Amino acid sequence: MNETVLRRINRPRLSSKGDGVFRRVVVGLSMVIALTFVLSIVLLGVQSWPAIRQFGLGFLSTNVWNPPKNEFGALSLMIGTLLTSLLALIISVPLAIASALFVAEYAPKWLANPVGYLVELLAAVPSVVYGLWALFALKPLFQQFQTWLFLSNPGLAAQCTDLFNAGKTSLPCFFMPQVLVGQGFLLAVTILAIMILPFTASVARDVIRLVPADQREAMYALGATKWEVISLAILPYARAGILGGVILALGRALGETLAVAMVIGNTPELLKNIWAPTATMASMIANEFGDAREGLHRASVVGLGLTLFFVSVVVNLVARTLIVRMTPKGL
Amino acid sequence: MKKILSLGLSLVAATVAATTAAASAATVTGAGASFPYPLYSKMFAEYKKASGTDVNYQSVGSGAGQQQIIARTVDFGASDNPMSDEAMKPAPGKLLHVPMAIGAVVPAYKLPGDPKLVFSGKLLADIYLGKVKLWSDPAIKALNPGVTLPGLPITVARRSDGSGTTAVFTDYLSKVSSEWKTKVGAANSVQWPVGVGGKGNDGVAGIVKSTPGAIGYVELVYAKQNALSFGAVQNRAGKAIVADNGPAAAAALGVVIPADTRVSLTNSANADAYPIASFTYVIFYQDQKYGSRTQEQAKDLKALLTWMTTSGQAYNEPLDYAKLPANVAAKAKSIIGTMNYGGAKF
Amino acid sequence: MAVSQMKPPQPASLGRAGLSGSRKTKNAVMGYLIGLGTIVVVAPLILIFGFLLIKGVGALDANFFLHTPAPEGEKGGGLANAITGSLLILSMAAALGILVGVAGGVFLAEYPRHRLMPITRMLSDVLSGIPAIVMGLVVYALVVRPMGHFSALAGGIALGLLMVPIVVRTTEEVLKLVPLSVREAGLALGLPQWKVILSIVLPAAGSGIITGVLLALSRVAGEAAPLLFTAFGSNLVNFNPLNPTSALPLEIFKGATSAYDENQRLAQAGALLLITLIFITSMLARFANRPRR
Repeated sequence: MNETVLRRINRPRLSSKGDGVFRRVVVGLSMVIALTFVLSIVLLGVQSWPAIRQFGLGFLSTNVWNPPKNEFGALSLMIGTLLTSLLALIISVPLAIASALFVAEYAPKWLANPVGYLVELLAAVPSVVYGLWALFALKPLFQQFQTWLFLSNPGLAAQCTDLFNAGKTSLPCFFMPQVLVGQGFLLAVTILAIMILPFTASVARDVIRLVPADQREAMYALGATKWEVISLAILPYARAGILGGVILALGRALGETLAVAMVIGNTPELLKNIWAPTATMASMIANEFGDAREGLHRASVVGLGLTLFFVSVVVNLVARTLIVRMTPKGL
Repeated sequence: MKKILSLGLSLVAATVAATTAAASAATVTGAGASFPYPLYSKMFAEYKKASGTDVNYQSVGSGAGQQQIIARTVDFGASDNPMSDEAMKPAPGKLLHVPMAIGAVVPAYKLPGDPKLVFSGKLLADIYLGKVKLWSDPAIKALNPGVTLPGLPITVARRSDGSGTTAVFTDYLSKVSSEWKTKVGAANSVQWPVGVGGKGNDGVAGIVKSTPGAIGYVELVYAKQNALSFGAVQNRAGKAIVADNGPAAAAALGVVIPADTRVSLTNSANADAYPIASFTYVIFYQDQKYGSRTQEQAKDLKALLTWMTTSGQAYNEPLDYAKLPANVAAKAKSIIGTMNYGGAKF
Repeated sequence: MAVSQMKPPQPASLGRAGLSGSRKTKNAVMGYLIGLGTIVVVAPLILIFGFLLIKGVGALDANFFLHTPAPEGEKGGGLANAITGSLLILSMAAALGILVGVAGGVFLAEYPRHRLMPITRMLSDVLSGIPAIVMGLVVYALVVRPMGHFSALAGGIALGLLMVPIVVRTTEEVLKLVPLSVREAGLALGLPQWKVILSIVLPAAGSGIITGVLLALSRVAGEAAPLLFTAFGSNLVNFNPLNPTSALPLEIFKGATSAYDENQRLAQAGALLLITLIFITSMLARFANRPRR
C-alpha cells in the first residue's frame, strides 16, 4: 500500500526529470542549426573583412578582377550570375509548368506517376554529372552550330571581328560566335535551365493539385474547354505558389557551382556576346579559392561567398513566404 | 529513434575505429603544380613500390600549391615558378625550393590537317592579347610560308586557376613583348584580355583537343600524351626550336643558378635553348617541426625528396622532362640537407 | 492527394458540340504544347542516363573497383580511392545529418511552444537554400584551418550540415502525421513524454524519417563543390577520417575536364555508378515512404 502510493508520487517527478534531459538534448542538438547559420556569417565575414574594408560596397559595383594588381570588383560576376540564372528561368519555367499541368491535369494515373517520378530523379542528378554530360554531349553540338554560323556568314563574321577588336558589339554580332569552343554563356544557361526544371516543376505540380476541385468543376459546368479551365481557373489560383517555386529555383540557379564552372569558360568579364565565356560568383569561388593568396585576393573570393550567402537567404525567405501564403500548411 | 540513434552512433564508432587502424601507414601529402603531374604520378607510384611510403599528390595548380604550403595544410607544395620573397612573406617559417625537373611550355593547337607551325614570342603575345584573331592572319602566315591556314577564329585557351605554367608563360611574354608587360604582366593568375579558362594543364589540353582552331599553352608531356600538335618557338637567337629534352635542358645552361635555385629559365641566352622552359619545384619548410608533425613525418618527406632528386630522375626523360643538370642536382642535395626538426638535423 | 486522383468531370457532349472552332483549336494546341513541354522536361534525364550507360558501362570492370588511378598517361587505373572515400565521407555526413536532423525535426514537431522553435524552423529553411560551395568555405574556416590540414572529416561535416535541413523538414512533416491520439494514448499509460516520443511517435514515423535521410543522402552524395576545400582529394584508398580523401563527384569533376581519354573514361564510369546509386537510393526512399501513404 505504502509502496504504490510512493510510486504514484514518484512517477511524475521521475518522468519530468527524464523529460527535462531529453528536451535539453533535443534542443541542444537543434541549436546546431542556428549555430551553423551564425557561424557562417561570422566566419565568412571575418575572412572577407580585408576586402570589405578595402573596397566597401564598391566591391559589388566595379568590374575588375586583377590578382597581380590586387584589384577586385565583382560586377561582372554578379551580372554573369544574374544573367545565367534569369535566362535559365525564362527557358525552364514554361516547360516546368507544362510538365506540372500534364502530371496534374492531363495524364492518366499510370502515366502521371512515372512522369512525376522521372522529374524527381532529374532533381537528384548531381551537378558534376550535368557538367560532364554538357561537356561531352552538348558542347560538340554547340560547336557544330557555331562553326556553321561562323563559316556561312563570312562577311558578318569579319565585321564582328573588327567590332570586337574595337571593344564594341552590335545586335547581330551579339549572336555571332567569336570562337568555336562551344563552352560559354549559352551552354551554361542551357545546362542551368535543365537543372532547375524539376524544382519549379515539383512545386508547381503540388500547388496545382491543391487547387480545389470545385474551382475546376464550376468551370467545366460552364462548358469551358480544358485549356480554359487551366488558364482561367487553375493557373490564376496557383500563381503565387508557382511563383514561390520559381524563386526557389532561382536560388538554386544562383548558387549552382560545378556544372557551371565546367562549361562557362571562367572569364570574369562583362558579356559582349551570347557565346562568349564569362563567369559566375560560384564558379569563381570554385576556381580561385584554392589558390587565392592570403590577403585581398582570398578575402575577395570569400566576399563572393558572403554575397551569395545573403542573396540566397533573401531569395529563400521570399520564396517560402509566397509558398506559405498560398498553402497554409507550407509545402 | 533508437534505431536511428544507434545507427548514427555505430557510424561514429566505426569511423573512430578506422582512424586508429589507419593512422599507422606512412603517407606524405603534397599539392600544387599540374605541369609536373604526369611525372610526379609516375614517380610516386614507383616510390611506393620502392619504399612502401604512400604519396598523395593533388594536381590543383601551382597557385594552390604555394597557398597551401603557406597555410601548412600539406607536407609539401609544388610550383613551376619559384615563390618571390614577397610571396613567401606570409609563411610562418623559412621555405625551401628544390627543383625536380626542367619542363617546356609549348603552344599546342588543333587545326585541320595538323600543320607544323612556328611561333615567335611577339606572335604568341599578340594572340593572347587578342590582336591576332584568325589563323589566316598575315602575322602567322609570315612566320609559316607555304602552310595553308584556315580562316578559323583562334580560340585562346588559358588557365582559370592560379598556375605556375601561366607564370612561366606570362614571364616569357613579358620578356618579349613590352605591351604584354604593361597591359597584363607576369603572375600565377592574371587578368586575361581574351580566352577560355580551363582548370590545370589537363583542362587547357582538354579544350585544345576538343576545339578546332584552339591554341593553348601546356607542358610538353600533355601535348605529347594527348597527341596535340604543338609549334616550334623562336628563341632569343632567332632559331625556331621544337620543344624536347635537349633544348629544355639547354635553357638551364644559359643561366646562372643561384644557391637557392630560384631562377627563371625563360628566353634563355643559349642559342640552342627552347625559350619557354622552367624548373619545376617542390616547396617545403626548412624547420619541419610545426603543428602536430612528428619527426617520422619529417624523415618520410626528406627520404622522398632525396629519392626524387636522385633515383627518381630516371623517370624524367621517358616522360619528356629534362633531368636536373649535375650542378643543379648537387645544389638540390645540399638544400635538402639543411632540413631540420626543431633545429636538430635528422 | 484526393484532388489529383479525381478525374475532372467530362464536359457534356452537348456543350462540346457547341464549341466554336477557335476555342477548340486553342484547346487542342495547348494540349499538344503541354505534352511537348513534358517530353522536353523528361528527355534530358533519359539522354543523360543513356549517354552514361553507353559510354560508361564498358569501363565498369574489376580494375575500376579495385585500383586507384594509374599515373597520368597510363591505362588500367580505377576509382577505388573515390568509392571508398565517398563511403567514408558519407557515413560521417549521415551520422551528423541524422543526429542533428532528427533532433531538429523532433524539436519542431514536439515542442511547438518552445520560444526558439519559430527561429529554428526559419533558419533550417534558410540553410537549405545556402549554396553548397558556400558551405565548403564555411567548413574550411571552421574545421580545415584549425586542424591544419584537409580531411575526410571536414568533408563529412560539410555534407552533414547540408543534409540537416532536409532531414529536419521531412522528420517534422512525418511526426506531424502521427495522430495526436497516439501520443495521448502513450501519455495516458503514464509514460513520460520522452518515452512517448522515443518509443511510440518516432517508430510510428520511422519509414518517413528513413525516406528523409535517404533523400538527403542521395542529394549530398553527388556534391563535389563543398568537398573541393574540405576533403580535397587523394589518389590513395584512405580510411583515416583525418587524412585528405577523394570522393566520386570530385573524380568526375577532374576527369570530365581532362584531356586524357583514360581520365574521361573513368569519369564517365564514375558518373554512371554515382547516378545509379543515387537513383537506387531515391527509389528505396520512395519504397520506404509507401506504407505511410
